[in-house]
Amino acid sequence: MTTDLETWGIHYAQGARMPPSLRVLRYHFSTYLRTWRSSLTSSFLSPVLYLAAMGVGLGSLINHHVGTVGGVPYLSFVAPGLLAASAMQVAANDSMYPVMAAIKWIRTYYAMLATPLRVSDVLIGHFAWVTARLVLSAVAYLGVMAAFGTIHSPLAVLALPAAILTGLAFASTISAFSATQKNDQGFATVSRLGLIPLFLLSATFFPLHQLPGWMHPIAYATPLFHGVNLCRMFTTGQVDWGSAGWDLAYLGAVSVAGVLLCARFFTRRLVV
Amino acid sequence: MPVRSSASLDAPQRRSEPAAGAVCSARGLSKRFGELVAVDEIDFDIELGESFGFLGPNGAGKTSTMRMIACMSPRTAGTLSVLGMDPDREGAAIRSRIGLVPQEDSLDLQLTVLDNLMVYGRYFDLPTKVIRERAERLLAFAQLTERAGDTVDPLSGGMKRRLTIARALVSEPDLLILDEPTTGLDPQARHLLWDRLYRLKRQGVTLVITTHYMDEAEQLCDRLVVMDKGRIAASGTPSALIDRYSSKEVLELRFLGEDAPRERLEGIGERVEVLPDRVLISTADGDRALDEVHRREVEPASWLVRRSSLEDVFLSLTGRTLVD
Repeated sequence: MTTDLETWGIHYAQGARMPPSLRVLRYHFSTYLRTWRSSLTSSFLSPVLYLAAMGVGLGSLINHHVGTVGGVPYLSFVAPGLLAASAMQVAANDSMYPVMAAIKWIRTYYAMLATPLRVSDVLIGHFAWVTARLVLSAVAYLGVMAAFGTIHSPLAVLALPAAILTGLAFASTISAFSATQKNDQGFATVSRLGLIPLFLLSATFFPLHQLPGWMHPIAYATPLFHGVNLCRMFTTGQVDWGSAGWDLAYLGAVSVAGVLLCARFFTRRLVV
Repeated sequence: MPVRSSASLDAPQRRSEPAAGAVCSARGLSKRFGELVAVDEIDFDIELGESFGFLGPNGAGKTSTMRMIACMSPRTAGTLSVLGMDPDREGAAIRSRIGLVPQEDSLDLQLTVLDNLMVYGRYFDLPTKVIRERAERLLAFAQLTERAGDTVDPLSGGMKRRLTIARALVSEPDLLILDEPTTGLDPQARHLLWDRLYRLKRQGVTLVITTHYMDEAEQLCDRLVVMDKGRIAASGTPSALIDRYSSKEVLELRFLGEDAPRERLEGIGERVEVLPDRVLISTADGDRALDEVHRREVEPASWLVRRSSLEDVFLSLTGRTLVD
């Protein structure tokens, strides 16, 4: 039985002032206003610290002994990797505990679903909010990268959508996972066995050919590798468009699959 | 107020057409979760402006019924009409005219009292100016005006409950659904809440209330159904139910540290019910029953003659007390 409760897509009542999913986005913004200072500070502080430590500290050592990496100074090599990895982290942060809280602890989703809002509105609003957070954090990262002199091409503007798409691939799949969880124990596992290994092994810090050959297919299979690859091509200006096309297609496919899973799991969890 | 005789509602299950003009009407309404039957083919009609109660112990199916009426949970079988629409097809339109006070508060603890109302009003697509005006009135109604700028987290249970009710009213709903509005509140907070609900009733808001408190049902409901194990065990006005299923008065006897002398009490009043902690004797005249107890030289530790209540109705219908 298809019920109205499960109907998908953006819907407008005739004469609605604001689309329902934007009302959800507005809610997220209201809660953000309570913590925006600390959030904004960390959005800038984190790239400054990472680039200073990894790039300047480690980078000067590498530049001294090895020379350039992939044709650019190490700082310029590692910065776009960190940009993509931070998009992953921001997306994961907003898709684990906040989703669990809205389902179970604070029950925000149930409050929303008692009003004219539907599951689809709740989800679209959630992704709109995560996107907004990704934009903010990626713009901060790119700004700090520019200040560190690691932007080598006007194509770097394309690193912004690339980082956002990387984030959405994680946000959608992790949100779907969160909607299936009874409690928050699984999140520690996602971080320990998922995010941290990806962060370390997705060519973020060193070129893929440094890893043994049997690990290459694993790297190729992870979304972060493709995100790092895209961001790096755009900020260094060394773009292989064929490879970029594959990266885009891969991240797009993961995002779409994640959103479809979300539709299924959120409905199953919230409409019983 | 439309009052049905309880007799007609208790007639053997012959399903009539849903009542035209009822705010909410169900026929054969069922909800199953896998093997578990939460709501088992129930019928009811809720009329405009009345205060209608679902009374029963935990697990009787009250909340499942509420969630179906609130268009948050699809029904498994039967027909259901809310505000003249079908929840399966027009859920969002129905929800735009309903206020829901869920069993567990779903307030945003990090936001202020006022912001909780603003955010919720926006879900209904109300203009900010309108929400602000209503919020002022609703906060006064909920006695929270002074706390408007405080975050919700440190508020007392009673305050959170009143805020949840204020929030449910921000859309000026035609139907207000309250799922166990006073569970977990101290007596003072309960009475304040009842007073607020009375005011709404007087303004003509149709109320649907679930409760497992007999006194609450007696205080607030024009009509009610008693639910047990997913079914409706009886329905009618509180006084009609008491008339029909209980005697006028009840004599309660307590025996400390010894078993009640069941056989020596037999035949007193209309019915003798032995519970773990007390004995209930249903009777038209409690004082005469007490005289008879004394005449038989039964010495209870304490006794009490009281009007019979919905709790006695529930007991006589199901043989069980309501557990808090």
